Amino acid sequence: MDLALDGLSVVTDGTSLVRDLSLKAESGQVVGLVGPNGSGKSTALRCVYRALRPNSGSVLIGDADLDTLTMRASSRAVAALTQEGSVELDFTVEEVVALGRAPHLRGNQRLGARERDLCQEAMRQLGIHHLARRGVLTLSGGERQRVLLARAFVQETQILVLDEPTNHLDVRHQVELLSFLRGRGLTVLVVLHDLNLASAACDRLGVLSQGRLLASGTPWDVLTAELVSQVFGVEATVVPHPLTGDPQLLYSLAPFTNSSGRHTTS
Amino acid sequence: MSGVRGLVASRAGLAATCAALLAVLLGSSIVAIGVGPAVITPGETARHLWAALAGGRIEAGEVTTYRIIWEIRTPRVLLAGLVGAGLSAAGVAIQALVRNALADPFVLGLSSGASVGAVGVTVSGGLAALGVHAVSAGAFIGALAASLLVYAASTTRGALSPLRLVLTGVAMSFGFQALMSVIVYSVPGSEATSMILHWTMGGFGAASWGVLPVLCAVVVLGVAALHRDARALDVMSLGDETASSLGISPDRHRKRLLVLVSLMTGVMVAVSGAISFTGLIVPHLARMVAGAAHTRVLALASLSGAVFMVWVDLAARTLVAPRELPLGVITALIGVPVFITLMRRKGYMFGGG
Repeated sequence: MDLALDGLSVVTDGTSLVRDLSLKAESGQVVGLVGPNGSGKSTALRCVYRALRPNSGSVLIGDADLDTLTMRASSRAVAALTQEGSVELDFTVEEVVALGRAPHLRGNQRLGARERDLCQEAMRQLGIHHLARRGVLTLSGGERQRVLLARAFVQETQILVLDEPTNHLDVRHQVELLSFLRGRGLTVLVVLHDLNLASAACDRLGVLSQGRLLASGTPWDVLTAELVSQVFGVEATVVPHPLTGDPQLLYSLAPFTNSSGRHTTS
Repeated sequence: MSGVRGLVASRAGLAATCAALLAVLLGSSIVAIGVGPAVITPGETARHLWAALAGGRIEAGEVTTYRIIWEIRTPRVLLAGLVGAGLSAAGVAIQALVRNALADPFVLGLSSGASVGAVGVTVSGGLAALGVHAVSAGAFIGALAASLLVYAASTTRGALSPLRLVLTGVAMSFGFQALMSVIVYSVPGSEATSMILHWTMGGFGAASWGVLPVLCAVVVLGVAALHRDARALDVMSLGDETASSLGISPDRHRKRLLVLVSLMTGVMVAVSGAISFTGLIVPHLARMVAGAAHTRVLALASLSGAVFMVWVDLAARTLVAPRELPLGVITALIGVPVFITLMRRKGYMFGGG
């Protein structure tokens, strides 16, 4: 199912957080949103999982405007991994995963046999099966993100949005988490900080700066030295990944090494 | 503790635990009905209760005992059980919906708001059209107004700050108590001090069969409604963003639940005054045994809250007999050390074991 942001604008307390943002993720595509802190990435995403209502513009899933759907209906189409990490109650892993079925169940109706299997399967796929009875408060960051991903999977949506899912994860868990996103046929919109991971994980990227979309396209289209310098204010050299061919950025720490190879001192 | 948790986790285990708690509640009630200025053995109490319920012969010489049991003590013990259950369930719901382990109807000022409403109606004779339910209705309006005030004062741009909520609630509850005292003292000739004590510390002296039907209906239906909303409570305790992504509008649910909890609190406070700590500590104890899932926590908290309050009331009317201690004295004496111990326990985070 396609996901499209169409002329999305969000204004809070007179501050424009997102301005006229249009971006499309086609069915099965993984689209990344990158940009500096405060560029409006999370705000745009919050409109997609309906924690926020845009002041103008719309979010379209397939042909339907999200605003015309009930919260329940849209939660059957869009699952989200939010940044809200701190669960304070000590639910067990399987309880949290099972809550992903909430959009499909009435009141406190119990999970059916198929739904219990679905939860088991999701936990197996994400390698958290052995943690089923553990309390979520005792888990490591990587384990907890996988629990939340399993919860999103059992929601059985065709669209998944993730807000900086790799935050606070070590390298191995970052790579693992992003590889789970691919190959499930989901339409994914993901906010990422790490440009190299974004380049490796995403089919297309959108670059946000001060609430505006500055560029969008394939990683090779978008991740140019000029744009990185303009948006993030860092000097980077773009090279192809030796194995995958994805563009990768090599950063130079200030003081920059100039083209002749000598350190500048200014 | 993990052994108990494992037991309660299964459906049959939860049913067995609830059945056991019900048995304890029944036993505690029979003991509590028997104890007082005239002590009656549990066997005698049970026989008289059976006679009252199923129809049986009471000898002429036993009529006084029968009256003590059926007309004085039984309604009081039932009242205690209902209020204990209702306060505990309300505490569970409030803690989940404001995501704060320190919240309960008393701390957030709902109870004292309810007492302002109740006293206001009593003194002014307002809402007379509602007859005997006027005080309950006034208390409900007071609790609702208090919850909306506290909610509005601690919300900025639709986001609820849990810390600000508790601080606002505590401040407001002192404010409401002061307001209630002013109303009470403004009425000439009233027994102001004992009235204020009743409304701020609670007491079951007003127990009679007459007050029970409405209270019973509100508490039982209220707990059932909360239980039906257990999954929504689960989802809301994961946070507002997550709740939205799972199809539950946190704002709408929170408002609806606040109205429900205000109704329960109002009706309870109208009869028993404001009782502290019960709604605060019983949910925590229930979570230690049952884990976090609200279907289980609500079931265990309401049953154990009922047992707890039956014993609290028994202590209140026997410890310094013939005088009576206010309920809040006992609940605080038990609640404060339990609460401090819970909070200091290593790794305790809002129900973590």
